[in-house]
Amino acid sequence: MKEQAIISGINGPVIKASGASGLQMLEMVQVGNSKLIGEVIGISEKFCTIQVYEETSGLKIGEPVYSTGSPLSLVLGPGIIGEVFDGIQRPLETLKAEFGNFLGRGIETFNLDKNKEWQVEVIVTVGQMLTGGQIYATVQETDLVTHKIMLHPYKSGKVVEIVKQPSYKVLDTVIKIENEFGDIENLNLVQYWPVRDPRPFQIRQSLEKPLITGQRIIDTFFPIAKGGAAAVPGGFGTGKTMTQHQLAKWSDADIIVYIGCGERGNEITEVLEDFPKLIDPKSGKPLMQRTVLIANTSNMPVAAREASIYTGITIAEYYRDMGYHVAIMADSTSRWAEALREISGRLEEMPAEEGFPSYLPSRLSQFYERAGYVTGLAGEEGSVSIIGAVSPQGGDFSEPVTQNTKRFIRCFWALDRALAYARHYPAIQWLESYSEYTPDLEKWFESQVDPEFYANRKEAMALLQEENNLMEIVKLIGADVLPENQKLILEITKLIRLGFLQQNAFHDVDTFVPLVKQFKMLETILYLYQKARQLVGFNVPVSRLRQTGIFDEVVKMRYTIDNTSTKPFDELKDKIDNFYREVANSYKGFERMEIE
Amino acid sequence: MSLEYLGVKEVNGSLMVVEGMKTASFEEIVKITLENGEVRTGKIIQMDDQVAVIQVFESTQGISGKNVRTGLTGSVLKLPLSREILGRTFDGVGRPIDGLGEVRAEQAWDVNGAPINPIARQYPRNFIQTGISAIDGLTTLIRGQKLPVFSGNGLPHDRLAVQIANQAQISGKGNISFATVDEAVARAGQDDFAIVFAAMGVKNDVADFFRRSFEESGVLQKVVMFLNLANDPVIERIVTPRCALTAAEYLAFEHDMHVLVILTDMTSYCEALREISSSKGEIPSRKGFPGYMYSDLAMLYERAGMISGKKGSITQIPILTMPNDDITHPIPDLTGYITEGQVVLDRSLHQKGIYPPILVLPSLSRLMKDGIGEGYTRKDHGGVANQLFAAYAHVQEVKALASVIGEEELSPLDKQYMIFGKQFEERFVAQKFDENRLIDFTLDLGWELLSVLPKDELTRVDEELLNSYYQDKVYEKYAQNAKVR
Repeated sequence: MKEQAIISGINGPVIKASGASGLQMLEMVQVGNSKLIGEVIGISEKFCTIQVYEETSGLKIGEPVYSTGSPLSLVLGPGIIGEVFDGIQRPLETLKAEFGNFLGRGIETFNLDKNKEWQVEVIVTVGQMLTGGQIYATVQETDLVTHKIMLHPYKSGKVVEIVKQPSYKVLDTVIKIENEFGDIENLNLVQYWPVRDPRPFQIRQSLEKPLITGQRIIDTFFPIAKGGAAAVPGGFGTGKTMTQHQLAKWSDADIIVYIGCGERGNEITEVLEDFPKLIDPKSGKPLMQRTVLIANTSNMPVAAREASIYTGITIAEYYRDMGYHVAIMADSTSRWAEALREISGRLEEMPAEEGFPSYLPSRLSQFYERAGYVTGLAGEEGSVSIIGAVSPQGGDFSEPVTQNTKRFIRCFWALDRALAYARHYPAIQWLESYSEYTPDLEKWFESQVDPEFYANRKEAMALLQEENNLMEIVKLIGADVLPENQKLILEITKLIRLGFLQQNAFHDVDTFVPLVKQFKMLETILYLYQKARQLVGFNVPVSRLRQTGIFDEVVKMRYTIDNTSTKPFDELKDKIDNFYREVANSYKGFERMEIE
Repeated sequence: MSLEYLGVKEVNGSLMVVEGMKTASFEEIVKITLENGEVRTGKIIQMDDQVAVIQVFESTQGISGKNVRTGLTGSVLKLPLSREILGRTFDGVGRPIDGLGEVRAEQAWDVNGAPINPIARQYPRNFIQTGISAIDGLTTLIRGQKLPVFSGNGLPHDRLAVQIANQAQISGKGNISFATVDEAVARAGQDDFAIVFAAMGVKNDVADFFRRSFEESGVLQKVVMFLNLANDPVIERIVTPRCALTAAEYLAFEHDMHVLVILTDMTSYCEALREISSSKGEIPSRKGFPGYMYSDLAMLYERAGMISGKKGSITQIPILTMPNDDITHPIPDLTGYITEGQVVLDRSLHQKGIYPPILVLPSLSRLMKDGIGEGYTRKDHGGVANQLFAAYAHVQEVKALASVIGEEELSPLDKQYMIFGKQFEERFVAQKFDENRLIDFTLDLGWELLSVLPKDELTRVDEELLNSYYQDKVYEKYAQNAKVR
């Protein structure tokens, strides 16, 4: 490694280095005597501009800048799952071992555990031709994840030797290949990939399968497809992080990449304490065995926060190429945009809206477009779904990050302050949210859950819309003056809100609800509506219906009926029938009496 | 101090530009000697191969192009620390101003601190009883939390902070309140606490009010004060909270103390940040505040917390006055995104004479969910809190309706909600300045108020709990009243 340049200017995380003609754009460099990690972000005739991923205080003019010759890259290989990394993929455990409880700087570390022994199964034979992306070995990374070791996408060659060992460390040679120039290359368990480059694949598939989250309002009303992109915007305290956590816990992805980008330290701690204890409902194994955490909290260096999003998505794509369905939670993309703004400001670039750089929309679109359902180079089908939290300033959705994000996502879960104040969680506002995946997924829901799924969804949505209109009137003159059939609509939508849309993340049964139960719940509510509407048609007042307590019983079904069986729904239906008969009989009798 | 640089190239506001400081390092502290011998302190905030930009702490008055000598100190700003800082008063950059002389330091720590490694953190779970119903019941404070008070000018946020400090730290005979009984027994009188108080741009009498209050409650020997008052140099205000938090970290993680940090007023701090940013010629973002204000505030607020394996903790209560009572103003907005909840004070409650005027609906404690319930406070805590929130939220709707159609026209149920709302504000939220309520009292009161409403309205609570705590007598009493009226 040779000295390339010297520092000639320092301004926060941005430094200038002169005599740097040999440095490349986006090359990773080591800055100063303490070798802080940085990246070249601008080159001019006299100097180049470098953003530094660590604290720059104490640097001096004239200190050296070392070139590394390669862009900022990730080390991809077994050992990623279950690990906690900072924004540039340094394991926080290693940093803790090095510096103790507080983060220090200037450490040269290998990003994976170098000494761990892995059981490797080589699945190619000597003489076989390998092309880029092809799988040549597998490793059982955790109980839930079989790690497929793939040839670097841009390499190819003929297998000339398989190195037999009882177990391998990540840098031990597994196979040797002869490339097209006749050189022998040793392949181990890792590959390097530049963090800002999307990984190549064969072909994009259309999005036809939902990412099942177990959250009723999402799955039933605003579903996201596997390979889709969604945004969760909301002011502080509206439950963005809570929603992200719920999705990380319960969605049916194979791998979860959780990026804590400029958020609170304690939230990462919470995930670290919770996830090992939580059991994946499908496999019975701890959730941590399918989770990767990237933690660049708000007080960690801002340039690394900018990189953390790319680190996360690159890891996600790597597992996608193995044929896994990966969901990535980015909390929060606004902090990432702010990091862009901060660095842009230090570069004295011309600002666009609210001080954000004019390339904000293009950066956002580059990020969200990395979502997708693809056939990888190895022929495996996999997907990356992105769920990005957005923290709009002042909870105002008209600000640039929310507005630009909306252009590149197709699923929008708007969190609402009024709902959060009333402790209605998840505080997803049903009238403001939308999912453009709904029509694409119709076929799947109708064939896999129930043919009536979409019809019920539509009816419930129409009722909620009607409620909104009625509430305008109620706000002015009170609910008492409404005609009975409209009162019934209010009663039923209240039922939908309390019994269906609200979901208790801390309740064992309610925290995750399978699609079948979601369907049955909505069906039951609508069945009750149908019966009650008939009764109202017989001039039974809504207050009389309320007295029977059937509404309360239906509200409680989310707690009282467990997730495994649909039988209690039939019983509930019988109860509704009984209620209908009882009220109808008593009332008819009463009516007859009056007439007589 | 060996080398000094003569002359100044440029002075702009609180910044001065010096040429040729070749050996300086970024963020190094410099000593500036004026012609008359006066020495000032500054920090290098930007440099290139020609010049260094220095931020002068005191003021740039009297600095001329010539005859000013600038010398390097060779280190970043450090705070001398030892246990002796307890009971002492410092200025905004950590110099003693109580006339008791310099601190005999054991260590000197960089005031900028370093981020806590997220995996070294311990998730805060211990409930702190503040004795204030609205906080204990609905926005529970957890040891190691950062819970700001969003207030406005003229609201009693200072009294509230003092009340929290007094009651949270010392219940009974100098013991700290703990969630569980055995923990309290195990640690009774053993655990040490301290209060670190940082004043930024507050008036002299406000600082004096805190001082007197601490004195009256007999904790002054446990208090470290950092005062940058309204007439003190604005630039020092940037350093004040950093000094305070460095002192807090030292006490918490070196001496195993539970430290409560009160930072007031964060609005002044942010305004100082804006002032420096604009004199540096930086591109502003919203309302002229610098684009890095979020990161900057996070560097302060994230210094609260607990570290696994350490006994001590840092609990932060930053106070900020919302300009024009606007919660969407950048200062409260960015704060809310970093802190773990907020306690919001409201002017109309204050004008109704309710103390503390806590507006419960926008108030929130994010750590509450893990620090309450069985084993921490009481099994029914989560349910009661949830139900109180939901019911009080409905009261707001009813009030809006009543303002249109008149209270008389409300349905009987809505009338009951009105009674509930009134009682909630007057009995649950309101309490006396020196009233220290036990958590059991708070929760029982919550049940009593909920019992004003019919049982089947209470859908947020578990049925079992509802049956054991709901008070039919209360319901009957109020239901009668509602009908009669």
